[in-house]
Amino acid sequence: MSVGKSVPRVDAFDKVTGRAKYTDDLIEKGALIAKVLHSTIANGIVVKMDISEASAIPGVVKIITCFDVPDIPFATAGHPWALEKSHQDVADRHLLNRRVRLYGDDIAAVIAEDEVAASRALRAIKVEYEQYPHVLSPEAAMAEGASQLHKDYPKNILAHTSFEDGDFDSAILEEGLIKIEGTYETPMVQHCHIELPISYAYMEAGRIVVVSATQIPHITRRVVAQALGLPWGKIRVIKPYLGGGFGNRQDVLYEPLNAYLSQQVGGRLVKLELTREETFYATRVRHAMKFHLTSYVRPNGRIVARKCTVLSNQGAYASHGHSVTSKSMTVFRQLYNDEKAKKIEGYTVYTNMPSAGAMRAYGVPQAIFAVESHAEDIITRLNLDPIRFRQMNMMPVGYHDPFSKNVNYFDSFNQCMEKGMEYIGWNEKRALYKNQKGPVRRGIGMSLSWYNTGVWPISLEISSCRMLINEDGSLQMQLGETEIGQGADTAFSQMAAETLGVRFADVHIISTQDTDTTPFGLGAYGSRQTYVAGFAIKQTALILKQKILKYAEKLEHKMACDMDIVSGNIVLKSNGTVLRSLAALAEEAAYSMEHAEHLTAESTYQCKSNAYSFGCSFAEVEVDIPLGKVKILDIINVHDCGQLINPQLAEAQVHGGMSMSIGYGLGEQMLFDEKTGRLLNDNLLDYKLGTLLDHPHLEAQFVENYEPSSAYGTKGLGEPPAIPCASAIRNAVLNATGVAVNTIPLTPHRLFPAFKDAGLI
Amino acid sequence: MQKQLVRCTINGKETETYVDVRASLTDMLRNEYKLTSVKKGCEVGECGACTVIIDGECYNSCIYLAIWADGKNIRTLESLLGPNGELSDIQQAFIDEGAVQCGFCTPGFIMTALEILESGREYTREELRKQLAGHLCRCTGYENIYKAVEKTLKKRKAQSANK
Repeated sequence: MSVGKSVPRVDAFDKVTGRAKYTDDLIEKGALIAKVLHSTIANGIVVKMDISEASAIPGVVKIITCFDVPDIPFATAGHPWALEKSHQDVADRHLLNRRVRLYGDDIAAVIAEDEVAASRALRAIKVEYEQYPHVLSPEAAMAEGASQLHKDYPKNILAHTSFEDGDFDSAILEEGLIKIEGTYETPMVQHCHIELPISYAYMEAGRIVVVSATQIPHITRRVVAQALGLPWGKIRVIKPYLGGGFGNRQDVLYEPLNAYLSQQVGGRLVKLELTREETFYATRVRHAMKFHLTSYVRPNGRIVARKCTVLSNQGAYASHGHSVTSKSMTVFRQLYNDEKAKKIEGYTVYTNMPSAGAMRAYGVPQAIFAVESHAEDIITRLNLDPIRFRQMNMMPVGYHDPFSKNVNYFDSFNQCMEKGMEYIGWNEKRALYKNQKGPVRRGIGMSLSWYNTGVWPISLEISSCRMLINEDGSLQMQLGETEIGQGADTAFSQMAAETLGVRFADVHIISTQDTDTTPFGLGAYGSRQTYVAGFAIKQTALILKQKILKYAEKLEHKMACDMDIVSGNIVLKSNGTVLRSLAALAEEAAYSMEHAEHLTAESTYQCKSNAYSFGCSFAEVEVDIPLGKVKILDIINVHDCGQLINPQLAEAQVHGGMSMSIGYGLGEQMLFDEKTGRLLNDNLLDYKLGTLLDHPHLEAQFVENYEPSSAYGTKGLGEPPAIPCASAIRNAVLNATGVAVNTIPLTPHRLFPAFKDAGLI
Repeated sequence: MQKQLVRCTINGKETETYVDVRASLTDMLRNEYKLTSVKKGCEVGECGACTVIIDGECYNSCIYLAIWADGKNIRTLESLLGPNGELSDIQQAFIDEGAVQCGFCTPGFIMTALEILESGREYTREELRKQLAGHLCRCTGYENIYKAVEKTLKKRKAQSANK
């Protein structure tokens, strides 16, 4: 048995010895270096560009400007291609843009023999702009007379959708309801994977090869081809080890430009690596959102009806666009079960800001912050018990979603909360922290967390797996699903070992995806991989097992159905007798003069299901009121992601998510100069990514309800841990001080005035 | 382009090469010596991924000029593996404690851990956390990295006490 064990990662040895090869480690010497020129205005048009001086710099090979690139608008979101036109992503950018839409837009590219020449050339290019007033917030962008960024989107509204369950207007007529309102805001933040965005491209046999640090190799192939106007098969994408992604690389970033640049210099090897500074403004960010919530509640805490408006800041280009806002809106439908009605509308609005795309948990951290902060505001106002309030309103056991067909099979929320309460000492500390005085106070708060697993039925869910038995009985496996640091390769290997009946050590997974040789897959996003790839692995392993046992029939003169493979041996099912080792069988199959056979299997599974992933966070904080400082004393996340494939890796995944959610709540935000639209903190010094000193102990616990819809009982865990800590911390600060702060991060700059207004200072 | 000869010891081996006077030590180690455990995450000394040990002390090699390495003794992660491919205790601890995810910050962290382990001194929890705070990691929340270093420290202490 391999599933459920904390086996070491398959890539751990290579990673602790420095042998694991990432994109930049693979590139041959002598590559040409490409660098991108970014605009120094936030909104306008490039009127003229003078590259004469720059072109004369020794070492400069070629300069391509926004006037040179083909007029092919393309979309970058890492979604599976949608056959239906109305579901396709918005194609609103060019390889280089004449129409400038953010401070830092891509307007030219230099190809040079080395980095120094490329950088010097960037500085020597003279640009003439026609400048328009910029808009940084959705409100400003939607205002009358605001500059329109994209021609087909009046008022800069990329999309506006709404839904209503029940009849809101009549629901709120019920007598005795208490109306509670609140506005909640979340910041624009960045993924900050430690490996920089990087790719290199060259031509081989008339095709363009792009080696890239991407989460989505097959999707990248399609987008590169679309952007260059080439048949998809003319592109080959290779994905080596990846230094983190978190959704930023679930977007096609500079791969199309890189491919184009190589094409423009006759297919020579061109490397395009961003700096950390560029990564902040020129890749993707998490949507900043603003929620206005109005709830109608009975005095006992039962929510009768809720209304919400979401404003989502898209930035300059559509990327994942309104899909993210839609997912935020789904939280309102799923987390709390309003008794009579709910009414929600969401706007995704273009602004002159960095483009927002996918970032770990895709709109849900924003929505959970709003919904769970608002829940606590109701609780405080009506003097309710936070746990009881949630039990009264949360998604009930047995709930069946008519759209996704998801079922809430178990009492996961209560089971998770129970563990969280016990660990943190909820009841004692709620009592202990009542009626505090003085400048330093403690508090305790919590938040629920909700997520899906994968993207069905919004998008395609498919995974393919290829397996072959080596001549020594070991297994070679390939999948289109990618290792991006989360440990997918290890979990996949455990699954394969489990179903095929071989030892974990005998599973050799090929980590690198190469679209020329790797079976089709969609990649790492949506907390989908262990769930969706699980089907493909199980199905393929069963096909392969059948082939092996069929071969064993010839050798053993026993029926295939009476035999099994256990720990790498062919055994008799009835009594476990070992008939021969799989190694012996494999050698025979490979070289038999009578009946040689290459034992392989390959299959694709299209998954048409989804699964809820539930959890919660409990935080205990100490607030220094005069300093406006919050210190986390203790924090726990509890998740029900079904059966754990590898408990140690699952725990590590939760740690990382908690860390990101803590940063979201307490420190991280991208700050802009209102006058120019320029990002002020585009580096890891001024952007406050937490260090070890900023982290408390991160407690991760699980509830393991075997997910009935899943091949191995597992469901989403990649993103969920990054959801609930920010709101739990905010609620703990409220508990400590009585002050409800509705905008994160809770920095001293924000807390000090809030405490002052509340009369605490 | 002005080049200068840099003679130094890298991972126990005496080396010499001409480098661009503007090149960083990261560039020299990666490009001239293919020591690709030395990672680039920011190139301005913020993230710690490029950490190497120079004459016994940790440095961000991205903000250390290659020409300054002349006459120095430099160690990178590649030096830790034993002659028969044995992992060092700290590398094994990173595996055992689940401290590795994407692996990009791992080499730098291990080098700082090594400096701590070889210092021979004792650290309080806070001191140890501070020593490791020069590295950024986005995957792990540092939980298991801290555990790996702390456990190895304790293990080494116990070993030396037994001697």
